[in-house]
Amino acid sequence: MNPSAGSSQPDITYLNHETTVSSWLLTRDHKRIGVMFLVLVILALLLGGVFAMVLRIELLTPGPTIISAMTYNRMFTLHGVTMVWLFMIPAIPSAFGNFVLPIMLGAKDVAFPRLNLASVYIYVAGAGLTLFGMLWSGADTGWTFYTPYSTTSPTAVAPILLGVFVIGFSTIITGLNFITTVHTLRAPGMHWSRIPLFVWALYGTSIIQVVATPVLGMVLLLVCFERVFGVGLFDPARGGDPVLFQHMFWFYSHPAVYIMVLPAMGVITEVVCAFSRKNIFGYKMIAASTFGIAFVGFFSWGHHMFVSGQSTFGSGVFGVLSMLVAIFTAIKIFNWVATMYGGSIDLKVPLLYVLGFIFLLMFGGMTGVAVATTSLDVHWHDTYFIVAHFHYIMVGAVLMAFLAALHYWWPKMFGRVYPERWSFLAASTIIFGFIVTFLPQFLLGNLGMPRRYYQYPAELQWLNVLSTAGASLLAFGFSLIAVYLLWSLRYGEASAANPWGSKGYEWHSGSPPAPHNFTEAPRFEREVHDYTVPEAPRAY
Amino acid sequence: MNELFRRMLFLPEQASTVAKDVDQLHYVIITTTMVAATLIFGTAAYFLIRFRRRSETEVTRKVEGTLGWEVLFVGLPLGTFLVWFFVGYHDFIRMQTPPPDAMDVYVVGKQWMWKFTYPEGPNAMGVLRVPVGKPVRLLLTSRDVIHSFYVPAFRIKQDAVPGAYTQTWFEVTKPGSYRVMCAEYCGLKHSEMWAEVLALSPEDYEAWMQEQRRGLVSRRDASPSAPEREEPYKPARQAARYDAQEPHGEVMYGERGTLAERGERVAAERGCLKCHTVDGTAHIGPTWRGLYGRRERLTTGETVVADEAYLTESMMKPQERLVEGFAPVMPTYLGELEAAEVAALVEYIKTLRGARLETIRSEGPVYEPIGGK
Ligand code: HEM
Ligand SMILES: [Cu+2]
Repeated sequence: MNPSAGSSQPDITYLNHETTVSSWLLTRDHKRIGVMFLVLVILALLLGGVFAMVLRIELLTPGPTIISAMTYNRMFTLHGVTMVWLFMIPAIPSAFGNFVLPIMLGAKDVAFPRLNLASVYIYVAGAGLTLFGMLWSGADTGWTFYTPYSTTSPTAVAPILLGVFVIGFSTIITGLNFITTVHTLRAPGMHWSRIPLFVWALYGTSIIQVVATPVLGMVLLLVCFERVFGVGLFDPARGGDPVLFQHMFWFYSHPAVYIMVLPAMGVITEVVCAFSRKNIFGYKMIAASTFGIAFVGFFSWGHHMFVSGQSTFGSGVFGVLSMLVAIFTAIKIFNWVATMYGGSIDLKVPLLYVLGFIFLLMFGGMTGVAVATTSLDVHWHDTYFIVAHFHYIMVGAVLMAFLAALHYWWPKMFGRVYPERWSFLAASTIIFGFIVTFLPQFLLGNLGMPRRYYQYPAELQWLNVLSTAGASLLAFGFSLIAVYLLWSLRYGEASAANPWGSKGYEWHSGSPPAPHNFTEAPRFEREVHDYTVPEAPRAY
Repeated sequence: MNELFRRMLFLPEQASTVAKDVDQLHYVIITTTMVAATLIFGTAAYFLIRFRRRSETEVTRKVEGTLGWEVLFVGLPLGTFLVWFFVGYHDFIRMQTPPPDAMDVYVVGKQWMWKFTYPEGPNAMGVLRVPVGKPVRLLLTSRDVIHSFYVPAFRIKQDAVPGAYTQTWFEVTKPGSYRVMCAEYCGLKHSEMWAEVLALSPEDYEAWMQEQRRGLVSRRDASPSAPEREEPYKPARQAARYDAQEPHGEVMYGERGTLAERGERVAAERGCLKCHTVDGTAHIGPTWRGLYGRRERLTTGETVVADEAYLTESMMKPQERLVEGFAPVMPTYLGELEAAEVAALVEYIKTLRGARLETIRSEGPVYEPIGGK
């Protein structure tokens, strides 16, 4: 059936060549490290998801429902911190990036395999510290840690800040590793113009990570200093400037949303090509827009601060620059859609997630343009409209792309096929559940419900109930995925070397790949995702 | 049309002069974006069906973007976005620039209530009474953490930042009661930090004000929606150092007299008058007579209008923008003066304006930072 089916697969793979526990824990193989990250980020997703469900259940009634206000406030902080720093930022780069980036470049491993292993343990240490803070007493500042509340709140903010600070190093190391790998370990024939777009996306992301994360680290440490030693940087009662924190925080965290979303866009590019059996419509435009986003993303942070007392002129500048970021995103969307033109499209589950992605990103991005319009944002700022906007973008993008990647590369990683029907059901449930969850939140925001509200006016109840119903659907979809993926690990059908007939370079290796990725040197004779040339049969 | 869209988009009533303009742009943008998004997604869905895989061995053509397409992809949305931006920014400037004839009210956010002080005397907690049809400028600050003053029906929102005064304004178009909420997370009872704007007809407002002036100045006006509450825990900081500074802490809420009269007392007690005069002669520092609204020449050669923001900044960060001809000797009062005292001082300085009385705020929009930064 399949063009590449029937080719021989390697007998010794990265999964079975060594099987002791220590061979995993001390491995320097980027593929095993990717798998370890995959497990870790899925645990984080689960934890953050449980918090989210509790929050949604609490909001079923306008007053107290199941938890106290204090618990609620801590819970949304934990939800945000876990999802942002433990899931969305590392998910795609650290798990899938680690796994496929070297293979795509024809390399045996990343440039610094030991550092790569260290990044796992740094992540674990940071996550541990954060969890410790949560159990100790839990911060109630929101994931944004705005001062002077965060420097005066009686909860355990410091361990959580330090935890996030530590995780930042993991991110930086991964970024450095990717940048160096791309520069030094490309196989012969891998010109810059042939680099897969997923790699370009990771490369752009890595630059943001390396440049911006230290700023976040600094500002978090400063908040810690202020809490512990009482230095007066942000608290006006001690002579500090509370809004300074917001500038420093968003200088990192605005680009950080692109740390989350750029790798997701990279995944989408790969999947669109593979399932449309087409080359990408505008290779250069997609690669360039990645850097456009990475660059302009650094100069739009002020759109989070239109009502903070920032100058009117400043708001105007940040507003215009935000529009530019939106353009780069629009370019990508147009190119993905145009790629499908003239293709041979097979609507498998990864592509279904891509459609979900495009749908959500479009509405999320369009509402982004709306909130970047200064006069409108005054009404929307800090309301549920914003909550809906960034969930559409971040969850819509990162989660959809994560699930697309998970299904697309599942055979590559584990050599098993997942059950198509179950996964189709789960994907439809998730996309539908997602819309039911977050669409009402746009309306809640229009009605004027501020975010981080434990209690709300009674007339807003039905929209909140609707949202919680959607969240339950989402949770159901996720449990389905968990069940059938675990099932397929054991009982799933063995996969062909290239079950999708994809012409992404990562399929040059076996599925699952051999310990050093290739049993014979890969040859890059064609451009990536060029489906017009027939592929020579390949021994893996 | 307006009403239809408003209901479809679940927007609250439009009770201020800017609300309708803001909403109008809202309709345009949301409609256009949704139509565009649907079109693009519709195209994707169409391709999905039109180009679905028919056989496993199907070979596709190579299609590559041309410059024309890419220019269209970039130019069309960019042009649209910029138009929206300019229309929106036009409204935004208006929302940020109080009209010259606006009446002032000082607003202080505090965990978890809103307090309002009128320069003419009255204080109120939880209820802001304003006349319909008159612009009201709010000068906002906070006693502890950042709060955000949000009136959905007016489409306005402004952060109240401790240690600085920010401003916003509105003009109510119809009498009624409008909900005020806190939009910036501020701790345990953030979601209960509500107040009410009570828009009265000018006659009712005047009557209320007269009543307040007849000796009821310090009466606390407790709102049903935001009663003064017990604080369930002490924040880690010594519950705001400002409170430790009694009796000054009560200058806004406890004492009698107009805000300006209270300001005169604060100036004497806090030692401002050791360096500043009120009779027009320069001393160690610039005189306060005629200061409000004056154009001051700075050591950097720039000029600045001495408005509320600059006056506040001069108390908090006196060295930041020094007036030419004076030594940098003024100590900072950041963390020393309570928000209410700053308000009182500013009002006092305003009463010393002498002959040039009306020049301030009629000079067109002032694009100065409204916070003290
Ligand atoms: C493409 C990826 C995007 C991501 C991942 C993203 C993510 C986010 C996040 C996380 C927030 C909320 C931050 C918070 O307050 O907690 C946010 C707010 C915001 N976003 Fe986006 N966004 C994206 C696209 C856009 C675009 C294209 C625009 C503008 C053209 C935009 C404009 C805004 C604005 C103005 C806010 C702040 C609104 C407010 O707080 O009042 N976003 N975004
Ligand atoms: Cu608040």
